Amino acid sequence: MENTTPKRSKMPVIDCDIHNSIPPGGLSPYLSERWQEHYKTFGLRGRIGGYYPRALLNAARRDAWPPSGLAPGADLGFMQEQLLDAFDIEYGVLTPLMPVGEQLNLEFGDALARAVNDWQVADWVEVDPRLRASIVPPYEDGDLAAAEVHRCGPNPAFVQLLLLARTRDPLGNRRYWKMYEAACEYDLPIAIHFGGNQGPITGAGWPSYYIEDHGGMPQAFHTQVISFVMEGVFERFPTLKIVLIEGGFAWLPPLMWRLDATWEKLRVEVPDLKRKPSEYIRDHFWLSTQPMEEPPKREYFEQMLEQMDMDDKLMFATDYPHWDFDSPARALPSFLKPELRRKILADNARELYAFDKL
Amino acid sequence: METENGKPSFVQAGMSIIDCDLHNRLPSHQMLYPYLSDYWCDYCEESGFPGPDADDYPDGVPTSSRPEIIHPSEDRLVSDLARLRKHALDFWEVEYGILTCGYRVQSVHNEDFAAALASAVNDWQIEHYLDTEPRLRGSLIVPSQNPELAAREIERLGGHPGFVQVMLPARSQAPYGNRRYHPIYAAAVRHGLAIGIHYGGAPGLPPTSVGWTSTYLEEYVGMSQVFQAQVLSLVSEGVFEVFPDLRVALIETGVTWMPSLMWRFDKEWRGLRHLTPWVKQPPSAYIRQHMRMTLQPIDAPPTAAELLQIVGQLDSEDMLMFSSDYPHYHFDAPEEAFPTQLPQSLARKILSENAKEFYRF
Repeated sequence: MENTTPKRSKMPVIDCDIHNSIPPGGLSPYLSERWQEHYKTFGLRGRIGGYYPRALLNAARRDAWPPSGLAPGADLGFMQEQLLDAFDIEYGVLTPLMPVGEQLNLEFGDALARAVNDWQVADWVEVDPRLRASIVPPYEDGDLAAAEVHRCGPNPAFVQLLLLARTRDPLGNRRYWKMYEAACEYDLPIAIHFGGNQGPITGAGWPSYYIEDHGGMPQAFHTQVISFVMEGVFERFPTLKIVLIEGGFAWLPPLMWRLDATWEKLRVEVPDLKRKPSEYIRDHFWLSTQPMEEPPKREYFEQMLEQMDMDDKLMFATDYPHWDFDSPARALPSFLKPELRRKILADNARELYAFDKL
Repeated sequence: METENGKPSFVQAGMSIIDCDLHNRLPSHQMLYPYLSDYWCDYCEESGFPGPDADDYPDGVPTSSRPEIIHPSEDRLVSDLARLRKHALDFWEVEYGILTCGYRVQSVHNEDFAAALASAVNDWQIEHYLDTEPRLRGSLIVPSQNPELAAREIERLGGHPGFVQVMLPARSQAPYGNRRYHPIYAAAVRHGLAIGIHYGGAPGLPPTSVGWTSTYLEEYVGMSQVFQAQVLSLVSEGVFEVFPDLRVALIETGVTWMPSLMWRFDKEWRGLRHLTPWVKQPPSAYIRQHMRMTLQPIDAPPTAAELLQIVGQLDSEDMLMFSSDYPHYHFDAPEEAFPTQLPQSLARKILSENAKEFYRF
């Protein structure tokens, strides 16, 4: 939790990770009576059983609770004041964390997805032109997810799809391909965001503490990167773009080395791959900065950026209103060269997302 | 720069070498019968039990075996130990070699049976390796899915001078920081044994945090994520506060991922340490003090400069220990088994001094 004194950054800022949340009854206008009744009666039901109480209520900054009494992220006026205006944000990408993709009842998940998507457009993007929405698809079912992408895709209010990192299967799996096919049709990137809970959260079973849940999330991202590459997704969908949000990035160079080295030995298993794994990764992946790894020495950070060689792919994010919020004015290391700082703060995101279509 | 006899320069240089990851392999399950009770022998025979199989090294996969060992030609008829001597102990001129037997009793859900198999494979290791070849040291196989039975096996054989560590497969039913494993650590510390967490295992749970992978390649690469979960767990649960003498080797899953994990983990701790107040130091301090990593497969970056950067980012000269990972295939020329561009004092530490201190030879 950072006690931020709002301070204007001299460079333009695009925030790639803003969590808006749904006020009580907020989805009702967008749900049929049947599903409103279902929601009221049964609530959200997923593969629960892994509960790690977060450090703070709603994982939110203490100062992010709006005076209106709504939950953090639910009050647009307060968000404008505390984030969009305070830091002069050029564009902000909404990333609502409603677990529609995790619903056991697929039909309900589908109805919920449509409601969350309609709510984002009507209650947020149409009210504040700086904001853009993420299509939240019922992603564990390829057909339903593709249908929702086709429904929302033509609307330029949406700039990407949004999935949670801990999926039921690794995301290179064929059961997700119809969703990717639809996303490519509208040139929408697939964003994968911190979160999700559908089974043991490590490859070694259930850990005990929130620090392992939170600190272990990058391992889910690693698995998704490995899976996308090895399943040949980028050979099948050459224009597909993947954005990793809130997963950190210092781990990517070592993962690329390990993938390349292993692929050299085991490529007979994946004959469809035409290029080295690291080449697919550098072409197809974008990463948001927050929470940034903080090496103890400046030179390590600089080495890491060089090893990564993805200056055009890092994009700034605040993760508002969460406790580990990164301030646009203070989060990036002071020693970054101005051109790289400008790329990370805004240019890379402006290049990736079709903000100006709306 | 190889010499006429094919040996790499760092062997020629005459520095002492300790190889921390050598695989001995049970030629057939029946080899264990002399060490199993009649009951379990009958049980095996009647059920046709072929031995536990975690399928973590499929036969024929290049990483499972070097080309010259898949096609052993003149080696075909000699014993596992003879091959190991020829391709590893004699070739690398090792002072000590540590066996990391991959017999995965953890895949056997009948815990009494798993314990009997573990005891048998340990007795087999003593007779066929440790009492036969003085350069070798062994790893105790234990039924870690039942820590009480595992501790009993450590008590039974922990005093044998041939054993230097207790072997735990990386994949487990619960992460190794969980306090259910304390009996194993207490027994290991009592007998001065290290814990070796090794690539592999098949506890019946998915190998990743997002389910089962389609290819072996994904599972193989992804094993380093399982190791990362184990590191997070051991530190977060305060195992090193409970057992200050506990030493943990991370075996056969690369080394380059460790710096970025330490950065992230230290940052997490700064924000969340009030939730695990028993973790008194930054996580990287426990890792540097208590954990070591074996070298192969090193997953080296493309340039020597980058490799030196990564070794530097560990902020420790003590953490790496040489391994050839015989008979697995990670490097082509023997010269590539070790990053010879390292400064000589560090090379000496990695080749033998770190292991000598860690395993207390």
